[in-house]
Amino acid sequence: MVQPLDELFETPSQTAGPYVHIGCIPSFAGVQGIYPQDLGTSPISEGAKGTHITVTGSIYDGTGWALRDAMFESWQSDAQGRFPGQDGADPKVNGFCRFAADGDSGEFTLRTVKPGLVPARGGGMQAPHISLWIVARGINVGLQTRIYFDDEDNAADPLLARIEQRPRRDTLIAKRDGEGQYRFDIRLQGDGETVFLDL
Amino acid sequence: MDDGPLMPRRRDKHPVPYDPDYKTSVSRSPRWPLLSMESTPSEETGPRFGHSLLGPLDNNLVLNYSADGSPAIGERILMHGRVLDEMGRPVPDTLIEIWQANAGGRYRHVKDGYLAPLDPNFGGCGRTLTDAQGRYQFLTIRPGAYPWPNRANDWRPMHIHVSVFGHAFGQRLITQMYFEGDPLIDRCPIAATVKDRGQLDRLVAPLDMSHARPLDFLAYKFDIVLRGRRQTMFENKPEGM
Ligand SMILES: [Fe+3]
Repeated sequence: MVQPLDELFETPSQTAGPYVHIGCIPSFAGVQGIYPQDLGTSPISEGAKGTHITVTGSIYDGTGWALRDAMFESWQSDAQGRFPGQDGADPKVNGFCRFAADGDSGEFTLRTVKPGLVPARGGGMQAPHISLWIVARGINVGLQTRIYFDDEDNAADPLLARIEQRPRRDTLIAKRDGEGQYRFDIRLQGDGETVFLDL
Repeated sequence: MDDGPLMPRRRDKHPVPYDPDYKTSVSRSPRWPLLSMESTPSEETGPRFGHSLLGPLDNNLVLNYSADGSPAIGERILMHGRVLDEMGRPVPDTLIEIWQANAGGRYRHVKDGYLAPLDPNFGGCGRTLTDAQGRYQFLTIRPGAYPWPNRANDWRPMHIHVSVFGHAFGQRLITQMYFEGDPLIDRCPIAATVKDRGQLDRLVAPLDMSHARPLDFLAYKFDIVLRGRRQTMFENKPEGM
């Protein structure tokens, strides 16, 4: 026998279930009046510096059906690559947003500013990206992924460089489809399955 | 303390993503392995929330939806515990949100059409921040079990959904608290997605009479552990960092 390691294990995840909206975005579920407003309605406030953008997309299951009950959280830096709380960060960028797939169409929309370059561990910089966390009924452990942009230089990004297959890499890159508009579809399974992250 | 990389997630301590007994997971679980890397500032930072966010009844689900001050129907319980990291350190000032069915097993949600009635005084959500020692508490009612479409006769054990932020976006966690002694836990395909029995047991809150208040409420203790961060002492940093 040896001495035990004093390490605890992370509490196991459980699915957020179909009613996650009640707890996280109650007004979406039809629960009004407990909080003055839902948490995380926008990652920016009036006057945030940088390029204002809109990212729209859907999240598809293995049959190609868009989920109607998914909830997303995004986290990002300001236009200069600084996270809230860091020195010089834009006070108009809180960086965090919660949004849901539309109950009828399954489409989601994120309105924000384009993030800047963020340092990588071990030197170098990461290309502009928005971190995304996805929960829904049937997802037992929340899924992490990232939104990069096809009009940025992604060549030196250490995370993208880890993905050998170009088609897989492209699943993390939002496609510009208008002035300040991007499309980012997520595929949970099957052809074009999105790269999900463990970091 | 708060600047090392996050400890890698122990995936064997979590539910399996694909489990045919939980049918919805079949079409919603990725087939490709996750891309694993050491965490970066994008995962090591995260949103922080302050006390100004909270209203006085935010952690009191018995009263926070009541129009006239009448309490929600059901068995009154105190849910309490601590949030720690994998090193055993308390996680202070972190937001916890909960949601749950009412005493009859019905959610106040546009998509829940279960036979049990809505309670006009019960909304079903609450939130709070942990204190300096990582402690939190909610006053609520014990949620009812409810049936759900999966196998022919599946019922969810009594449970409260719990969302915790931690201090880093990579610590983000949603889980469920079950209640000691509920025979439905062992029949639940969602609970059974956690294959490590010791880990499943950690989702089952024990009755805690030391925190119950006579003639008022019972108490259940639910401690939560979030991912830790590697200690930075003797950390090798590449030149120039
Ligand atoms: Fe539930």
